[in-house]
Amino acid sequence: MTLPVKLEFSGGAELLVNKVRSHQINLPNNDSKWTLRSLLIWIRDNLLQERPELFLQGETVRPGILVLVNDTDWELLGELDYVIQENDNILFISTLHGG
Amino acid sequence: MADDDVKLLKEQLSRQKEEIEKLKSLLQDKLKLPDVFTSDNDDFPTTIPAVNQLDKESIARYSRQLILPEIGIRGQLLLRKTSVLIVGCGGLGCPAALYLTAAGIGQLGLIDHDEVEISNLHRQILHTEARINVQKSTSAAYACKQYDIVLDATDNVATRYLLNDGCVLAGKPLVSGSALRFEGQLTIYNYKGGPCYRCLFPKPPPPETVTNCSDGGVLGVVPGIIGCLQALEVIKIAAKIGRPCTQRLLLFDALDGSFKAIKLRQKKDNCEVCGSSPSITELIDYEQFCGTRATDKDKVLTILTPEERISVQDYQAIVENGEPHLLIDVRQPVELEICQLSQTINIPMNSLSKEETIKELKEKLIPQADRPKTSVFVVCRQGNDSQVAVKLLKEKLKQLPISIKDIKGGLKAWARHIDRSFPEY
Repeated sequence: MTLPVKLEFSGGAELLVNKVRSHQINLPNNDSKWTLRSLLIWIRDNLLQERPELFLQGETVRPGILVLVNDTDWELLGELDYVIQENDNILFISTLHGG
Repeated sequence: MADDDVKLLKEQLSRQKEEIEKLKSLLQDKLKLPDVFTSDNDDFPTTIPAVNQLDKESIARYSRQLILPEIGIRGQLLLRKTSVLIVGCGGLGCPAALYLTAAGIGQLGLIDHDEVEISNLHRQILHTEARINVQKSTSAAYACKQYDIVLDATDNVATRYLLNDGCVLAGKPLVSGSALRFEGQLTIYNYKGGPCYRCLFPKPPPPETVTNCSDGGVLGVVPGIIGCLQALEVIKIAAKIGRPCTQRLLLFDALDGSFKAIKLRQKKDNCEVCGSSPSITELIDYEQFCGTRATDKDKVLTILTPEERISVQDYQAIVENGEPHLLIDVRQPVELEICQLSQTINIPMNSLSKEETIKELKEKLIPQADRPKTSVFVVCRQGNDSQVAVKLLKEKLKQLPISIKDIKGGLKAWARHIDRSFPEY
């Protein structure tokens, strides 16, 4: 059983994934449950075009990127340990500073 | 003698000062504007004169919002006694200032360290061509204390942390907006149990991941919309109405024509500035903290040695003497459409390290009988990327008998020193 999820990138984070803002993907069958921790590794290996350090730092996202699951701050959901559900909408926002 | 001169000058100065004050108050009366304070004026507001009723003229002016039950006389008087500090008089600050003034906010403080430039005018709609190079106003950041609400309309990370900490320490809400390209973001920090900027971003982003308007571009109406939304949130806080955008982040996608509100974490108990045992109890050095300057101005990098660079004058001589060489422009294709030097080949920065690019380049550079050694020059907008590119190319092409240099100061220097009609952007 694969796990369908929607990944979105905005605020400039889309520039790291071939400028495509929305990605409908199927996560492959996994022995353990898919968490945001394992998703980040999957993104690094499958979506990031170059320079993964602009997206990841260690096992988490770099400072300045917010992660939202179904429009809710991942901090409210357990961050890296959140277990991904079918059809979750996971959004990565790079904060803007311009004005 | 000298003493007399000093005395005379002092008297003259004080007379002139009185005259200026008189003219200012006359002008104020004539224009019926709210008191606008700038930081080069020592008279920061302390108290706003108490007003318990609206005069006939104010009723006429504000009538359309007065008849909204949510605002009414009560709300209008609350607006009248609220002071707001706008930090950053750019794409966000200009529209916010206009609407807050129009709505009848009591006092408006404006802070900006910057000068008006022509590339600002498509979004910073208060400024005009006649005022290019005029000081917008000089800065005093911890003025937060003197105002009821602070509006963050700045353009850089360091000032955003500074304002956040200033507002937390002063206990004031921070209405924060930002914009880049076709996107905008809005939230209120440090208000009603919501998070502060540091709760969300304890660590500043790595400097190389931060894009400013002068590098990334911005459509003028986008900060216009976000600035107006900031003004709206200020009015809601001041008049105590509605549901302020705290603990929520509003995302605006101009290309998609959509807004999205996202639920954020609460204020964090272990936050370094707003938590229960804060380690930051006074303002720190924010440029050092962020590793970037508190401006969105173009920085000048020096990566290469002087021998690895060529001046625009020397490059012009090479062109005029017809010396064979290869000129690589590393800007994005959209930038070459704006302007370029003749006989340029375009290899954008992001494709420079790709294998096929290097392979193609090598083929162009294979030594031939008539030119045993080839000169390669790299150019960009202002001479930063070109240095990075030279370093990279030197590494990738080190087997070839070529010399690689960057053109110092880039096309900006070309426009200033060689060809005055060449566009700058």
